[in-house]
Amino acid sequence: MVTVTPSPSLTSTAAPMETPAAPTKFSVTVPPASAAKSGVATTLINIENFDFYYGAKQALFDINLKLDDKRVTAFIGPSGCGKSTLLRCLNRMNDLIDGTSIKRGSISIRDVDIYGRDVDAIELRKRVGMVFQKSNPFPKSIYENITYGLRIQGVKTKSRLDEVVEKSLRGAALWDEVKDRLHESGLGLSGGQQQRLCIARTIAVEPEVILMDEPCSALDPIATSKVEELIHELKKQFTIIIVTHSMQQAARCSDKTAFFYMGKLIEYDDTRNIFMNPANPQTEAYVSGRFG
Amino acid sequence: MSDLPHIFASRPSRGRFLERATFWVFRLATYLVLACGLFVFGDIVVKGSGTVFQREFPFVNTTFLTHSPESLYVFEYKGQKHEMGDTEFRAFREKEEADAKVAGQPAPKIKTESYVYSAGGIWPCIVGTVLLVVGSMTIALFLGVSSAIYLSEYARDGRFVRFIRLAILNLAGVPSIVFGLFGLAMFVLALKWNVSLIAGWFTLAFMVLPVVITASEEALKSVPKGFRDGSLALGATKWQTIRSNVLPYALPGILTSSILGIARVAGETAPIMFTAAYVVRDKLPWEVDKLGDFFFQGVMALPYHIYVVSSKIPQNEYTERVQYGTAFVFLLIVGLIAATSIVLRNKLRGSYKW
Repeated sequence: MVTVTPSPSLTSTAAPMETPAAPTKFSVTVPPASAAKSGVATTLINIENFDFYYGAKQALFDINLKLDDKRVTAFIGPSGCGKSTLLRCLNRMNDLIDGTSIKRGSISIRDVDIYGRDVDAIELRKRVGMVFQKSNPFPKSIYENITYGLRIQGVKTKSRLDEVVEKSLRGAALWDEVKDRLHESGLGLSGGQQQRLCIARTIAVEPEVILMDEPCSALDPIATSKVEELIHELKKQFTIIIVTHSMQQAARCSDKTAFFYMGKLIEYDDTRNIFMNPANPQTEAYVSGRFG
Repeated sequence: MSDLPHIFASRPSRGRFLERATFWVFRLATYLVLACGLFVFGDIVVKGSGTVFQREFPFVNTTFLTHSPESLYVFEYKGQKHEMGDTEFRAFREKEEADAKVAGQPAPKIKTESYVYSAGGIWPCIVGTVLLVVGSMTIALFLGVSSAIYLSEYARDGRFVRFIRLAILNLAGVPSIVFGLFGLAMFVLALKWNVSLIAGWFTLAFMVLPVVITASEEALKSVPKGFRDGSLALGATKWQTIRSNVLPYALPGILTSSILGIARVAGETAPIMFTAAYVVRDKLPWEVDKLGDFFFQGVMALPYHIYVVSSKIPQNEYTERVQYGTAFVFLLIVGLIAATSIVLRNKLRGSYKW
């Protein structure tokens, strides 16, 4: 678990968010996130009274959350608090696990209930992409990794695929590093490059939302900072929801933060407020490193 | 204590004795197995190569490899001992009779001893075995991989799936003669396929199905879950995911298991003796009137031929040659098919590494 010193070291005069400072281990810097954004955010995802069960065990209790369009929202909380579960509910990846059920509540994206009867999870996942904790490039070439999503949708035109490969790799800040070896295996890349390849693969199908499940937990600090830079770029086009164990990361790259504990949403606010001025004592205890 | 040179010197004890004793037991057991294996292979190779190879050009006994089995005629004629196959003998006799006629003498009487199946070759058996292996493995792989995919990727774990698994495990323990009888009842009699290639294919396929299913399931399970998740998260359907992102990586493992299957399919006698094998058949499998007949004809097969020549006909020095020769060719063919699939597997394995 990440150690974070109590509030005295929290400063509002943070490093500019485009250049995340080399991650200092014992301080949380909070960029003036929402202030930097122009315009008022609109709600894209609306979670209402959401109860979720693994078999008989309830994992999420009455979650109410409105996630903003084209913003970065971070889910934080100790292990087993339900943040990853909620994330996986957003593209119905939990459907694939035996015994899961939703007893109450709904999740809607653009006012469509994604658990509605006529919703096709396949169509949903085309629009809500996901990047996993353990980078999982397919044991195919970089080019095939990127074009995988399009190929299964039936795109075959070479020029179109080439174009998407370049665009996606540029989008994931990986183009310059791999442009000369597009047809080599994606597994030959370093850990950080592999994770950015997975991000590139996700943005290749042009989703609206990108879910990131602890995308940097297996990466070294330099690779982590590259992914974080990337997140800042990506939020211009995509709505990003990131689950993280690193509070510095939540602080550095998110606009809003939701704190979960024991399957309940404890607090949800601007990232700045969560870290600088949490309303709930449990949140305060967690972000200051007193538990979890 | 004092007579030991230093504190780490070895002291005799019960534990040390047991250690050495068990080690030797294990080692000798391994050597014994190795010795048995070497003896069997050595015996077949040494005695069989006498039939298959020869001293004169082209060094391989082409008659043995490319002809059908014939009766062997052994006789003395004009003070000389001859050994001839059926066709050769008839030609010889006709020639002698014609010569006699020209010379105005009575037709010569040739007193012969004949031995069935001891001359000629085993070409129809080779063809039959290869056909049986290819056909039954195709069926077994298709059915086996399909049900393995269903069991490991689609079916939800429950009482029903557990029951299926148990049934598959039990199927693996069924003796091959029982599969033979099943094939006889089901395919030969009930479906009226008669003794035919296709009845043999299905009987053999059902026999190796448990091995193929179990091993394919293992191979599918060894593909990391991340590949499936990654593909599904991109909006692929389950089948798209399995087809393009699971099955190709599981294929080497599936092939490994099918290599074991090949050896079994090629070698089993019991399942084919009621369903597909003929003791002798003059026509080769492709000598059929119409394509449909191809599947509904019986074939000769190497293991059945070995069984016939070593237990169904009078034994003597001439049949022994055929027995060993057939066994030797049989080993070579199984080895060849297995080697092909090993090469294929290694090639696939090389292209998908993670």
